[in-house]
Amino acid sequence: MAGASGLGTGPGAAGGDGDDSLYPIAVLIDELRNEDVQLRLNSIKKLSTIALALGVERTRSELLPFLTDTIYDEDEVLLALAEQLGNFTGLVGGPDFAHCLLPPLENLATVEETVVRDKAVESLRQISQEHTPVALEAYFVPLVKRLASGDWFTSRTSACSLFSVCYPRASNAVKAEIRQQFRSLCSDDTPMVRRAAASKLGEFAKVLELDSVKSEIVPLFTNLASDEQDSVRLLAVEACVSIAQLLSQDDLETLVMPTLRQAVEDKSWRVRYMVADKFSELQKAMGPKITLNDLIPAFQNLLKDCEAEVRAAAAHKVKELGENLPIEDRETIIMNQILPYIKELVSDTNPHVKSALASVIMGLSTILGKENTIEHLLPLFLAQLKDECPEVRLNIISNLDCVNEVIGIRQLSQSLLPAIVELAEDAKWRVRLAIIEYMPLLAGQLGVEFFDEKLNSLCMAWLVDHVYAIREAATNNLMKLVQKFGTEWAQNTIVPKVLVMANDPNYLHRMTTLFCINALSEACGQEITTKQMLPIVLKMAGDQVANVRFNVAKSLQKIGPILDTNALQGEVKPVLQKLGQDEDMDVKYFAQEAISVLALA
Amino acid sequence: METKLPPASTPTSPSSPGLSPVPPPDKVDGFSRRSLRRARPRRSHSSSQFRYQSNQQELTPLPLLKDVPASELHELLSRKLAQCGVMFDFLDCVADLKGKEVKRAALNELVECVGSTRGVLIEPVYPDIIRMISVNIFRTLPPSENPEFDPEEDEPNLEPSFGRDPRHGERTSLTPRQLDEGHRLVYEFFLRFLESPDFQPSVAKRYVDQKFVLMLLELFDSEDPREREYLKTILHRVYGKFLGLRAYIRKQCNHIFLRFIYEFEHFNGVAELLEILGSIINGFALPLKTEHKQFLVRVLIPLHSVKSLSVFHAQLAYCVVQFLEKDATLTEHVIRGLLKYWPKTCTQKEVMFLGEMEEILDVIEPSQFVKIQEPLFKQVARCVSSPHFQVAERALYFWNNEYILSLIEDNCHTVLPAVFGTLYQVSKEHWNQTIVSLIYNVLKTFMEMNGKLFDELTASYKLEKQQEQQKAQERQELWQGLEELRLRRLQGTQGAKEAPLQRLTPQVATSGGQS
Repeated sequence: MAGASGLGTGPGAAGGDGDDSLYPIAVLIDELRNEDVQLRLNSIKKLSTIALALGVERTRSELLPFLTDTIYDEDEVLLALAEQLGNFTGLVGGPDFAHCLLPPLENLATVEETVVRDKAVESLRQISQEHTPVALEAYFVPLVKRLASGDWFTSRTSACSLFSVCYPRASNAVKAEIRQQFRSLCSDDTPMVRRAAASKLGEFAKVLELDSVKSEIVPLFTNLASDEQDSVRLLAVEACVSIAQLLSQDDLETLVMPTLRQAVEDKSWRVRYMVADKFSELQKAMGPKITLNDLIPAFQNLLKDCEAEVRAAAAHKVKELGENLPIEDRETIIMNQILPYIKELVSDTNPHVKSALASVIMGLSTILGKENTIEHLLPLFLAQLKDECPEVRLNIISNLDCVNEVIGIRQLSQSLLPAIVELAEDAKWRVRLAIIEYMPLLAGQLGVEFFDEKLNSLCMAWLVDHVYAIREAATNNLMKLVQKFGTEWAQNTIVPKVLVMANDPNYLHRMTTLFCINALSEACGQEITTKQMLPIVLKMAGDQVANVRFNVAKSLQKIGPILDTNALQGEVKPVLQKLGQDEDMDVKYFAQEAISVLALA
Repeated sequence: METKLPPASTPTSPSSPGLSPVPPPDKVDGFSRRSLRRARPRRSHSSSQFRYQSNQQELTPLPLLKDVPASELHELLSRKLAQCGVMFDFLDCVADLKGKEVKRAALNELVECVGSTRGVLIEPVYPDIIRMISVNIFRTLPPSENPEFDPEEDEPNLEPSFGRDPRHGERTSLTPRQLDEGHRLVYEFFLRFLESPDFQPSVAKRYVDQKFVLMLLELFDSEDPREREYLKTILHRVYGKFLGLRAYIRKQCNHIFLRFIYEFEHFNGVAELLEILGSIINGFALPLKTEHKQFLVRVLIPLHSVKSLSVFHAQLAYCVVQFLEKDATLTEHVIRGLLKYWPKTCTQKEVMFLGEMEEILDVIEPSQFVKIQEPLFKQVARCVSSPHFQVAERALYFWNNEYILSLIEDNCHTVLPAVFGTLYQVSKEHWNQTIVSLIYNVLKTFMEMNGKLFDELTASYKLEKQQEQQKAQERQELWQGLEELRLRRLQGTQGAKEAPLQRLTPQVATSGGQS
């Protein structure tokens, strides 16, 4: 504490108001040093309050030096500090003094813990924008240089993210130095640093002059793309997208493509996966000509890669690939060059590959048009609807709207039904839940007749599922169906069945009736609610299970606003009053709550 | 189930100084159930390794090594090595049966020959041997079948579990990735080669270079514990025989660990690498080089923060204790490091930390104990007050350790005040009776240790509680005052239209927008 009290005894540097004596910095620093981590953390999170209380001058002369010196703390505290300092420029006196924040942040940018370092770098990037060009060269650039030549890898990785923010506003001489430093980090001895450099290569390329991109970035890119570690090579694929956007077609062919071709064939599946994953971006960046000559064949290879991970990543991109092709050629390209591979993938051995494909394949129908879809895609959809893996079937069903626009869902309905029924009865409740969520969509597309005939019974069966989440989803589903098909339909098909369940021996099913009424009453309107639903609810107030009774109270509260005054005063009120005297305290509670919300007291 | 086939020296026995010597070949097995495994239908060949099989050549059986005159031995050896460099998919039990049989026989013979015959390893065969080994074992490891692999919960990837139906997508990939027989024989051969009395590191170092070592290290990520077991022994031999590669191996291990800690929390071979390092540390000369100390402080200690600590904790703790036995002055660093990474929510890890701490205290020098006793025992007290009784119990067991007890006694004027308040409070509040009675025992020991101090602490306990409350109140007032002052300043500056401070309205300050 010696240091702290020393700081505190100095005369209030801020001068002016007499508040300073109230809060000698020693007291504040005591808080920042409290033995309890949680209290330290709280104090750090209110650092701006402290700074504001101290005033800009004392913040600069007393608080910041303290923060710079006592950087050894729990990472959680350091993280909060790094974040705070990013927004501190105003508190130290504005842009002219922004450089005062650099020393503590520089320390934080060298700590071991990645989250702290990343946050410090983020704050440094933010503050760099607030520096004047002169201050940038005087304070910020030297900091970057120090970090870039730090002993331990942490400071060098942090430096990698800072080059691009100071480069644009630096003078030419300094720019050359910055490029030089970035170059040396790209061939750093430590793979961690090379990875950091590779991941920032694209960003750095974007702020460089075109000549430098060609003469300096491209060789770096080539080197990183053939690094001994695949974790570095795969990052170069990402950089490839940014670099490609900067170069002309001719340059791309000579400077970038050889490396990219190599990445497609890389012996590590991680690199190939990255190419597949970034395929759409690459396609856009490379332009149509290279796409046709190089990327399409590469894509074919990825689709039949020996690793399922790569095939799945490529399969995900099938639709985007089609959409990004020039409109005039895309039908032919897909039909001739991609479709044969897709057909293979439909019967892939790996469920993830199939389900990746199923999640996008329907999107191809808009690109290929009605006839091709019917002739070539439809058989695939049908096969996938029968796939052994529920994910695949589900993904097809969830994308039905794409096909509906092109050929109408009727083409599929015969195969659709067994698939839906099977999913509806799947042993995994998450699968059942997923299919319920598509019911309103399907209902809309298949029409009320088909629905009544084939699917209605399924929807009712879910209401008595043994998993609550399914019953809940089934209830919401009914509401959406009523919104779609109207109240008359509800009155004829849904409501009677729901109300019958009120007499079910299982109290969970009786409660489901109440939940359905909660969900349906609004969509069904006053008449149906008053005439058909209310009597049932009121009758259930005499249920022997307390859970049912307090749900009656809740339901009455919910449907009360839809009812007219007569029903409320004449029928609801007495029942709620009776429930208000119930022996069960929960029933009492909810009844009284309903009475007060409905203003029936 | 035939899933667990722990190789001879299991990773749970790191206490053996250095690696146990490689067992004789008949015991290194662990593969005896191959036939069973191969009987199951399997779609394989998706391993990255088998990508380059385009024109498969026919292998014809060569004469046996022992049947040829010495003058032709080496020529035949080279041809056999070349045969063994042809890759087959040993998991696919239908394809290339004949070729595989030839290769298997040749490998068996090579293993036999290198292990028993003197004078076989002459200079010209070294490049052939290393080439054959490289072709066979170096490959990009395939994707993990189960990306959420939990080393404690899940079986390692030796086999598809019987109970699961792969059609329901619970396994993410189709091929069980495992060490096939071809691999095993090659590893066996490699090991015999390194251990042969004829083996000459000075010749081999031309071929076993940094790149070779790097690829060897990458294989430690293999999911198959048997492969990692081989790798462990092999790397240990390489480290022992190639002096020029030692620094490089240590450096690359560091890189693997650092990536594992800070970038990508997945690497299967951490325990094996640590086991090797444990024996390396054992051999460090004194005084320790800065590089080695840095390894302890910047790699081994942060390794404690990794989620899957339980998989390699025994090996890690062994390394740490090795360091402390070498150089006691590192104790303070280590203990402060552990305190820094002390688990906050994972009670299972907390128990491991306590175990390691006890191991450290077992070897601590009294002069070092004095330096860390206060923070250490504050942490121990926090553990005692843990609602998880295993944590509390583990911490209280410290008092059963005679050496620790003697250290506490010698320093009771510092240790007692550090823990007393917590113990006293927990003794009244803990839900678990075992803990309560253990605490009573501890308090009793304290009383016997220094009755006067104990009485003083009991007397001042209440007072301290009150002071704490008062402090909390003062703190609250302080922050309230600060908040008011902040608001006043904000208004003041806005009134005076001082531009720089205007952007400090709460929204702007937090969103960090530029003015």
